[in-house]
Amino acid sequence: MAKLLDKQRYKCALGAMQSVQAIERALPILHSGPGCAQKLSEQIGSSGYFSPNIFPCTSINEKDVVFGGVKKLNSTIEKSLKVIDADMYVVLTGCIPEIVGDDSGEVVSRFNEEEKPVLYVPTAGFKGNNYKGHEQVVDSIIDQFLEKSEEKEAGLVNIWADVPYQDLFWLGNLRELENLVRELGLKPNTIFGYKRGIENIKKIPKAQFNLLVSPWVGLSNVKKMERKLGIPYLHLKTLPIGATETSKFLREVGEFAGVSKEKIESVIKENEDYYYYLIERYADLFLENRVINKQFSVIADAQYSLGITKFLVNDIGLIPAKQFVVDDTPKKYRKEIEEEFKNLNYGIKAEASFETDGYLIHEEIKKHDYHGYPLILGGYYEKELTEDLKGNFLNISWPVQDKVVFDSSYVGYRGGIKLLEDIYTVAVQRFN
Amino acid sequence: MSVNLNNSNLATRENRIGSITGYVGTLKDLASKSECGTLKGCSRCFSQSSTCLSMCGLSQLAGIRDVAIIHHGPAGCSVTSAGSYYMSKVMSKKRNVTSNTVYVGTDMNENDTIFGSTRVLKDVILKVNERYSPKAIFVSSSCATGIIGEDIDSIVDEVKEEISVPIVAVHCEGFKSRIWATGFDISDHAVLQAIVQPPRENAKTNKIAFKNFFESARPEIIEMFKKFDLDPIFLYCNSTVEELSHLSECIATTCICGTLGNYLGNALEEKYNVPYVRSINQCGIKGFETWLREIGKVTNRSEVIEEYIKEQREIYLPQIEEVKKELQGLTAVLGMGPGYTFEVTRVLNELGIKVVWALAWHYDKKYENGDVPPSMKYLLDNDIDFETSVADQQNYEVMNILNKYQPDMYLSRHPGSTVWAIKNGTPVVFVADEYTMFGYKHTLEFAKSILDATRNRNFEQNLAKRSKLPYTKWWYEQNVDAFLEEAK
Repeated sequence: MAKLLDKQRYKCALGAMQSVQAIERALPILHSGPGCAQKLSEQIGSSGYFSPNIFPCTSINEKDVVFGGVKKLNSTIEKSLKVIDADMYVVLTGCIPEIVGDDSGEVVSRFNEEEKPVLYVPTAGFKGNNYKGHEQVVDSIIDQFLEKSEEKEAGLVNIWADVPYQDLFWLGNLRELENLVRELGLKPNTIFGYKRGIENIKKIPKAQFNLLVSPWVGLSNVKKMERKLGIPYLHLKTLPIGATETSKFLREVGEFAGVSKEKIESVIKENEDYYYYLIERYADLFLENRVINKQFSVIADAQYSLGITKFLVNDIGLIPAKQFVVDDTPKKYRKEIEEEFKNLNYGIKAEASFETDGYLIHEEIKKHDYHGYPLILGGYYEKELTEDLKGNFLNISWPVQDKVVFDSSYVGYRGGIKLLEDIYTVAVQRFN
Repeated sequence: MSVNLNNSNLATRENRIGSITGYVGTLKDLASKSECGTLKGCSRCFSQSSTCLSMCGLSQLAGIRDVAIIHHGPAGCSVTSAGSYYMSKVMSKKRNVTSNTVYVGTDMNENDTIFGSTRVLKDVILKVNERYSPKAIFVSSSCATGIIGEDIDSIVDEVKEEISVPIVAVHCEGFKSRIWATGFDISDHAVLQAIVQPPRENAKTNKIAFKNFFESARPEIIEMFKKFDLDPIFLYCNSTVEELSHLSECIATTCICGTLGNYLGNALEEKYNVPYVRSINQCGIKGFETWLREIGKVTNRSEVIEEYIKEQREIYLPQIEEVKKELQGLTAVLGMGPGYTFEVTRVLNELGIKVVWALAWHYDKKYENGDVPPSMKYLLDNDIDFETSVADQQNYEVMNILNKYQPDMYLSRHPGSTVWAIKNGTPVVFVADEYTMFGYKHTLEFAKSILDATRNRNFEQNLAKRSKLPYTKWWYEQNVDAFLEEAK
């Protein structure tokens, strides 16, 4: 049911055009109103080989609402194939065709015989948010493009993580997850970002297993692949940030893949040594400043809310105030995610609130006793609030206005260090 | 025109003033067909995404301080709220004021498209009012709520009894118009309907309503107008509801962009006899002087304005003449909204730069008062002609043109437009700030910026060499109007 969406932090299902955008040389074609692509795109970091302002779009008008827009859709797909050079054409539908009853799937199926794949993703805005839309894109790839493979490539691991563009660090995070898996002697396979694309998509069925690193996004996809393509999956809920979680991550992935214990432990040792070399050098910065106290809150999607909480508690020794999960996590996943928040060292438990109403989140933060200056990691909405509370603010989740990120990452050992750099870059700008 | 403030629905630009989004030809042909009424816009059998009118309309309203925007629809429609939040925070900070404007959505889902959700909408309105005590509330529809027939007008009427501030329905279905500028008109219509009051008795002011986007030149305009005993009120970014309620008392309305200000200016004139300054806009020397003189005429201040012009000319004209020498012979293609395309072409002409092709994102045959837009009239009167097309940000058409003409520069104002020219190897002059070529000082700066942009071509050459453009060879071999179809 409709609700008050105050300080919104996600988009609609059609926002999944950004997941397509993240696949190199895959072109989103929108069957929607003229402005949906522009609204749903990020202004920063979008001008790649394709950008949202060149996505073909049927630009539905009043006439199409009355008489249907299938003719226009047909001609838009047909001309897209002629005008724009892509490896894959992905037709995403918005609200209007769904409500007026356009049979968009049928129109797309007319292009089955084309040399290049043309896929169909139903993403009417009212069907869910862009996290769900992202899953829909991956589902369509599985259903319409992939076939079960008898031949498997030893050590090949498909890696799935959170939502491109919605996650500011998507590119760097995926690359770092790949690096970690590669260090174990495995062959990572991802489909988003530079030089991945259609060739990697084709490799998906040959993988030994799917590795899903996300509290919930993509779980339905890996389950579908298990069913349809016979690929087993390993689901790790926590995005590994910093030494504790990354070492845990390497052990779990390594064990699942059958990597020898010595190999796993030697990778961990080498990484932890360097990590603690850095931590040792900067430890006084954490301990001897007047502006960061022990209590913090994260306001982000389940991925960062959980990942950062674990990092700051288990690596850095901070204490979690209330944490806020703002991605409208489907109810069926919530209990398990809540449990994860309670699974912290020293029996520390974080209380997680699944809340999409930004006003209520702010009221809770204002009420909480942070024992001094609060540390708030959240969306741009928390900037002014944190300033009012004299706290430290880092913009890590959507919407992002305070930061430009090319390919840096919060994942892994390096990612933990990067997050500390960012937090203390904020802190050192003041004395007390 | 006839402004009907009793109805919250406003006809689109296409229907109201015959605006078009598809045309390829020459400026003279476009203008003469407009004048005799034979211009027919074309449609396209292939198009690329452009802009939603709700983004224009509601972003304008969200610029007003301490109001509430309630966007009834799926989360994608109200996603503009995040950008508006940022804008209202940084823009108010820049002025040393505060804004607690709030923009919320209703996160409509599938059930709501079947059963409706006007009850929830009502609760949302009441809750937002209780939480933030806004000074005015705007309740907007979306494509989805529009099609399923959610009656936002009735809900607004219902809550009026419980809410003491102005509240109005704003009809922003994105499919209504291909011309996003219709959104500007919709926001004006809402302000006129809900906020603007008839003038108070004996209210004589020296206030002049100045419709612009983001008021970057506000301090210097205030200073200049002080010399003429005029006090500008800038709309709508950082406006207050109180200021807007007295717009009817202004001595005149003026605007930085005819596309942006046309509806409000004409409506204030029609309803409240506030004269609307009709002239070419303030870009360039000719534009600035014509505009100032028109203000002088309308507000009875010609003498002091002539003095100002004389004094400024002495400072700036020699400097501009110097830069002009270096700009001679450069060629340009530009793509902008019509409120700028046909003004910037004039300025480029003043500077001695040859326009080889001008794209306007739409074209208004006539403004609300029935006249051809002044910018067009000026170009025709001065016998300036060039190839021109009307295309709602159709990038494939822009690229076809850039590839054919390989101009010395591409000028644009819209997000996401510059990179494509650069990948074509064409230097870009981005003129998003509406004051980029405002008056003498900024015209001089603009001329110098063009020189800078065209002198160092390293960036575009580096990128062009290493990037592949996404358009096929086939497309580059076609005429730019290949996909235009006669409108039925």
